[in-house]
Amino acid sequence: MRNLKRQLLAGPYLLWMAGFILLPVVMILYYAFTTTSGHFTMLNITSISASIHLKSLLLSLKLALVCTIICLVLSYPLAMILNNMKLKRQGFIVFVFILPMWMNFMLRILAWKMLLSNNGVINTLLETLGLPALDILNTPSAVVFCMVYDFLPFMILPIYNAMSRIQKDILEAAKDLGAGNIIIFFKIIVPLTMSGVVSGIIMVFVPALTSFAISDLLGGGKVLLIGNVIEQAFMQEYNWNLGSGLSVVLMIFVIASMALMSSKGEEGGASVW
Amino acid sequence: MVKKSVERIYLSIIFLFLYLPIVVLIVLSFNNSKSKVQWGGFTFNWYIKLFSSKSIMEAFGTTIFISLASALIATLLGTLAALGIDAMKKRNQTIMIGATNIPLLNADIVTGISMMLLFVRFTRLGLSTVLIAHITFNIPYVILNVLPKLKQSSRTTYEAALDLGATPFYAFFKIIWPQIRPGVFSGFLMAMTMSLDDFSVTYFTKGAGIHTLSTMIYTEMRKGIRPEMYALSTILFLIALLLLLFMNFRPSVHKEKGDAL
Repeated sequence: MRNLKRQLLAGPYLLWMAGFILLPVVMILYYAFTTTSGHFTMLNITSISASIHLKSLLLSLKLALVCTIICLVLSYPLAMILNNMKLKRQGFIVFVFILPMWMNFMLRILAWKMLLSNNGVINTLLETLGLPALDILNTPSAVVFCMVYDFLPFMILPIYNAMSRIQKDILEAAKDLGAGNIIIFFKIIVPLTMSGVVSGIIMVFVPALTSFAISDLLGGGKVLLIGNVIEQAFMQEYNWNLGSGLSVVLMIFVIASMALMSSKGEEGGASVW
Repeated sequence: MVKKSVERIYLSIIFLFLYLPIVVLIVLSFNNSKSKVQWGGFTFNWYIKLFSSKSIMEAFGTTIFISLASALIATLLGTLAALGIDAMKKRNQTIMIGATNIPLLNADIVTGISMMLLFVRFTRLGLSTVLIAHITFNIPYVILNVLPKLKQSSRTTYEAALDLGATPFYAFFKIIWPQIRPGVFSGFLMAMTMSLDDFSVTYFTKGAGIHTLSTMIYTEMRKGIRPEMYALSTILFLIALLLLLFMNFRPSVHKEKGDAL
């Protein structure tokens, strides 16, 4: 009885979820499957096969994949190094990676734009060193670069968390039983950090797949991701039905990639922070 | 030895990567020239001008209001929800946690658009719609921070207190609250950070004439950012730095604090 009363504490949250998570999804589905006059149609969904839409979806998938791989490759050794430092306060690590978020996201991207520009700091530096200039602004490379910059913490933190939970005894036992460093890495460290890797991949891949602001700022109007197409459908063409249809397609891709990943790692998700 | 220095170098490169743009922005906030590439001498001018710019101060006020209010309300709703979820049966708990993950993992753009579609049907877009949207995407961060602390806390002490005649309210504040407090705080802080840094959801759910710093910068991007913006961001960054340093390095009363945040 007492238990039931306590469960009721989740009531306001349930109502909130129904009103502001479930209902909006219903709305977007409604718009996606109707015409402007309210008749049923599949055209908004099938318009994804139009060549511009398909091209931007494929480009988004490609960039998101590249971004995720780069983040993973950078983060894994980083997490190992951080873990080996045996800091007393693990909170400090999280702190270091969260802190940049307090500098406005837009401004940070803008700062990269300045740094990467033709007469920016990085190219001046490369020039004095006698190296060829880096001319990546307004290309997909610049977009991937800033995506990696923006989403890297979301890969590092879950992997670091998983790694710091590995008990030292297990590693020592493996050593006592004659395992070398390589065997320990592949047989113990990798499997035990898998849940962190899965969380990290989801936390990077999904925002990378769906972002529109970074490509808008750095692509110079030449890099059109699916997020940009949706944003333009809503804010410039005022074609809400088309925008909703494309959003639903995007949602399907997000759900599919999440399902694929969580089936790989046993528990996945939730252990992000 | 070699391995150690390779590790050091790698670590430094990553930190340079993360903090270089921030250094650039801080330097620009003291640059006595409107140009973005030329150094025109040191000045505090932008900091002084900042406070007389009505539009920037308004956007700043809106940003702070939205992030504080949304984090507070989300913390209240989220903590209550975590208490409720914790009392549920295992199967229901899994469902609830799964549902909680949806807005956390869903694409920002879809969250923003779907809420906008709902809001325009029933009301007009304005400050309150942004607030509701921010609360919605903030609640999961609070729940996911509080729930693990609840799981660690001991049920028996709470029940013992009730058996000894404490009211549930009293028992909660004496026994459960001290144990979950670090989780509640880090949830609040995380929620506030996410809200402060959000662009996509705000962009779609805000009404005309309302700006947070992010959306204001976005619209100004084409005609050039006012240097006052760099000054304001520098101030915000330094406040966050001091706040977080204080929370991390104060005499360790709650030493378990760190693992959630």
